[in-house]
Amino acid sequence: MPADTRPASATNSSDRADAGAAQQGLADVAHQPGAAKPDPILVADHVVRNFGGLTAVDVAHVEVQRGVITALIGPNGAGKTTFFNLLTGFDRPDSGEWSFNGRSLDKMPAYKVARMGMIRTFQLTKVLSKLTVIENMRVGAVGQKGESLLSAMFRPLWRSQERSNTEKADALLERFLLIKKREDFAGSLSGGQRKLLEVARALMADPELVMLDEPMAGVNPALKQSLLGHVKSLRDEGRTVLFVEHDMDMVRDISDWVIVMAQGKVVAEGPPDAVMQDQRVIDAYLGAHHDSELTFEDEQRIIAEAEAELARREEKK
Amino acid sequence: MDWQSILSLSVQQAFGPTAVIYCLAAIGLNVHFGYTGLLNFGQAGFMAVAGYSVASIVSTWNMSFWLGILVGLLLTVVLALILGVPTLRLRADYLAIVTIAAAEIIRQTVGSVTLVDYFGGQDGLTGFIDSFRNLNPYSGSVGIPGVTAWSSYDFWVMTVGWVMVALSCVVVWLLMRSPWGRVLKSIREDEDAVRSLGKNVYSYKMQSLVIGGLFGALAGFATALRSAAIGPSFFATDITFFAYTVLLIGGAARVLGPVVGSVIFWFLLSFLGLFFDQATRGSDPLIPDWIMSPTEASLIRFIFLGLGLMLLMIFRPQGIFGDRRELALDAR
Repeated sequence: MPADTRPASATNSSDRADAGAAQQGLADVAHQPGAAKPDPILVADHVVRNFGGLTAVDVAHVEVQRGVITALIGPNGAGKTTFFNLLTGFDRPDSGEWSFNGRSLDKMPAYKVARMGMIRTFQLTKVLSKLTVIENMRVGAVGQKGESLLSAMFRPLWRSQERSNTEKADALLERFLLIKKREDFAGSLSGGQRKLLEVARALMADPELVMLDEPMAGVNPALKQSLLGHVKSLRDEGRTVLFVEHDMDMVRDISDWVIVMAQGKVVAEGPPDAVMQDQRVIDAYLGAHHDSELTFEDEQRIIAEAEAELARREEKK
Repeated sequence: MDWQSILSLSVQQAFGPTAVIYCLAAIGLNVHFGYTGLLNFGQAGFMAVAGYSVASIVSTWNMSFWLGILVGLLLTVVLALILGVPTLRLRADYLAIVTIAAAEIIRQTVGSVTLVDYFGGQDGLTGFIDSFRNLNPYSGSVGIPGVTAWSSYDFWVMTVGWVMVALSCVVVWLLMRSPWGRVLKSIREDEDAVRSLGKNVYSYKMQSLVIGGLFGALAGFATALRSAAIGPSFFATDITFFAYTVLLIGGAARVLGPVVGSVIFWFLLSFLGLFFDQATRGSDPLIPDWIMSPTEASLIRFIFLGLGLMLLMIFRPQGIFGDRRELALDAR
């Protein structure tokens, strides 16, 4: 049975040890933005992306540790998804360098990034609606001989590969509880099932790094638990996971390391519990003055300022 | 009212050379639009390039007919590349704009006075089919006794044409059941998803554009051979839209959709034309003169065809072979 299809509980001890070592490696890492990791799989330097006058992403330095689950969090508009797009080749930064396993990804198209073993999912799930679930899975396999035009018409050239891909797909569908939907159109799946299908499809390519963009968005609580288990099982089989998420329970529950972005910059890093306490993070999410009460005097002052401002504008007209 | 002759002539059209042309053009569009989701509104351009290649190589440059076929196929590939390189990285509608414009540019160019020595201007070219006609094994008129008949040359064009259609269908079927075809269908559904799975979407779209264009080239050859002549008016924009109609009647993304669509389209079009022609003719016409005159009758078929299309879209939007379940997905 291929390595990626075993259930989490059946992982052998060496993999466990690896994952454990990777997690322990994080123990000595400083809790500050851009901290160096002992074994980074993904490194980004000075990645900047401007949309007109708005700087959506301006990341000075960030590293993602191999073999652990890293969460990328931040308030709305912090640039998380844009950063994701930049890393995976779906968008081009204005400047910056970033590398995967030491190989630079600068100017590399998205499909090549994926082939290197860095597969992403999308915030708005992208299932292939008019293809069946099993066909969706088969598309995910890499290095298919039958995908070249010359051999496509001659089935014997790709039949055996197709068969083994199908076996792999079936095992993954079994694991992600989608096997009953095998022959249904992917477009008929519920939102949560689509998320599962997307993750399962990404695994067809045996990625080293799985990048999940808001895997929990729109997923019901029951399915959420199983999805959490699946994400953990990815780590247990030796993959690295980087995910963007708003759901703090999930972040606290499964991530080994958290990177916080706000206004395009990495503002904090650390293990989940430490990060949740971090003043910079609380400020980024809730505003710097969220815990000071608004006094009557303050209120009067703000109103007065606003009125003065309005009066000034009137005069200008 | 001579029903016998109306039906006979309609059947003649339904399987005749014209139906072959639209069938081939629609097979190309099926690869483009049905499977890959590329909006090619310039299939007539691909046809024109191929048709004019054969015609001008033979009658202008006095070279072999078969060389003309080869050049036609080659130039079609070149045209597909020229159209695809700038547009396939952009959103789907750009390809639509560029292809419809390109088809018109080609038509105006071959019809221009400047190039009249090469392409014959608005009159077009003739006298290039000898090599093809000499191979004709039939003589007299051939057909189904008691139903309809075609001239021997028409029947020869039909024989070659329908064989081409059959081969094209086999090729499309073989391609679309393969992983290659699966990537095309996936691109139609969501380009970014396919990109994220490590497929070079741009390259696949280009391959699709070239292959669909080559089927269009076959349609172009058939156009040139059917009339034994070629002219700019043979490749007007409505050719492309008729081909789309054919495709939608049969059902997009179905191998046999264009074949059935083409037969039905031409049967209905000629049936309606003949019916209204006869119904308004004579001293005591079925439809009195104050409702419809014979001149109006020749155009009314297009109105009815449009009405038919609307009804098709309302009651069977997936076409004859389509799967209703697929369309239900779009409503979500």
